[in-house]
Amino acid sequence: MALTREQLAMRVSRELQDGYYVNLGIGIPTLVANYVPEGMDVMFQSENGLLGMGQFPTEDEVDADMINAGKQTVTTVTGASIFSSAESFAMIRGGHVDLTVLGAFEVDVNGNIASWMIPKKLIKGMGGAMDLVAGADNIIVTMMHASKHGDSKLLPECSLPLTGAGCIKKVVTDLAYVEIGEGKFWLKERAPGVSVDEIVEKTAGELVVPDVVPEMEF
Amino acid sequence: MSGFNKVVDSYDEALVGLKDNMTIIAGGFGLCGIPEGSIAQIKKMGTTGLTIVSNNCGVDGFGLGILLEDKQVKKMVSSYVGENALFEQQLLAGELEVELTPQGTLAEKMRAGGAGLPAFYTATGYGTPVGEGKEVREFNGRQYIMEESIVGDFAVVKGWKADRYGNVIYRNTAQNFNPMAATAGKITVVEVEEIVEPGELDPNHIHTPGIYVDRIIQGTFEKRIEQRTVRTA
Repeated sequence: MALTREQLAMRVSRELQDGYYVNLGIGIPTLVANYVPEGMDVMFQSENGLLGMGQFPTEDEVDADMINAGKQTVTTVTGASIFSSAESFAMIRGGHVDLTVLGAFEVDVNGNIASWMIPKKLIKGMGGAMDLVAGADNIIVTMMHASKHGDSKLLPECSLPLTGAGCIKKVVTDLAYVEIGEGKFWLKERAPGVSVDEIVEKTAGELVVPDVVPEMEF
Repeated sequence: MSGFNKVVDSYDEALVGLKDNMTIIAGGFGLCGIPEGSIAQIKKMGTTGLTIVSNNCGVDGFGLGILLEDKQVKKMVSSYVGENALFEQQLLAGELEVELTPQGTLAEKMRAGGAGLPAFYTATGYGTPVGEGKEVREFNGRQYIMEESIVGDFAVVKGWKADRYGNVIYRNTAQNFNPMAATAGKITVVEVEEIVEPGELDPNHIHTPGIYVDRIIQGTFEKRIEQRTVRTA
């Protein structure tokens, strides 16, 4: 079975480490915050200027001056800090954020990512995504492996305008965990019950398949 | 001492000198930390042909979105727009120009502008549509694009507290782009919730030193919330 959004987030959460500073994008990446392993401390960075983002506020705690990058009301955790947008992106571009998780429309074998613009549709903007992919060393892309029509989103070359060039090394899809290197996709894990054949069929870019492909663990 | 008194009593005074076709840098992220009073004043003045540099363009009927109603905006320089139907309509009709700029690059353009640096190099946007036509230079084996900084004729800023000398502190994530905007205006107008006596703000805690600030005004704020998300206690 293909992974649910929650299972995707659970798989990504296994990449967290104690003491990590983490930036989560909007959508499935946001769900990763719900699966921080017991006994592990991580701090979430929100690029509008908050390090140490907490859960949503109660009705009584709602503060119009305290929001995240998705413009949702949030709280802070103990030890949080608040700063300007320039400081926030200094952290991001300077490589100080340990892990960045974000969604995408397409990735390709050279680590290119397209996530912000579909020509001829309304273009709303890239927000902080271009800075995040340019600045982070450790990025995980979460996405669907293929479109509803079965068209692969793991391509030989991105067809949409890029968000960043040569910056993606890890992709978790609803079907597989794939790494990118040497101009190829490398199949590392498959979703429980998903066949290697299905993954091969739905991966348009060159995919290296090892003899044994373990099932994902959560 | 009166030479350092930046306080003005009305938004008419605060925005004196604003003319058609000027560039305005505005603080705020979404609807958080936006200079509501200055925006209302710009609407009242009816100034047109404006270039507005701000992360977003408000929503229909609130924030910078209200400046679209009378077509006062010629161009937006922003990282994310289109939360408003009127914006989309004017964009598609060719009445409004948009320069989409990555969020970190936008913050740095303001910071550099205020700091006297005409341009900087960043890896952000290299190999993407944002990098097209821009100078590329390699440093330590990596490609960077040159981005030019921005200075505004006016900067409109929302602070929490300020003293009469123009020293400002911000509250929570309403800080966002405001400190950089404050440095990058030829005339910087800061509206705050409370004006205090000099000495009441701890000098160690000042976010924006008064040297950057020309006019301070005490305002009132609706502080509309864009995405109200709560948990049950």
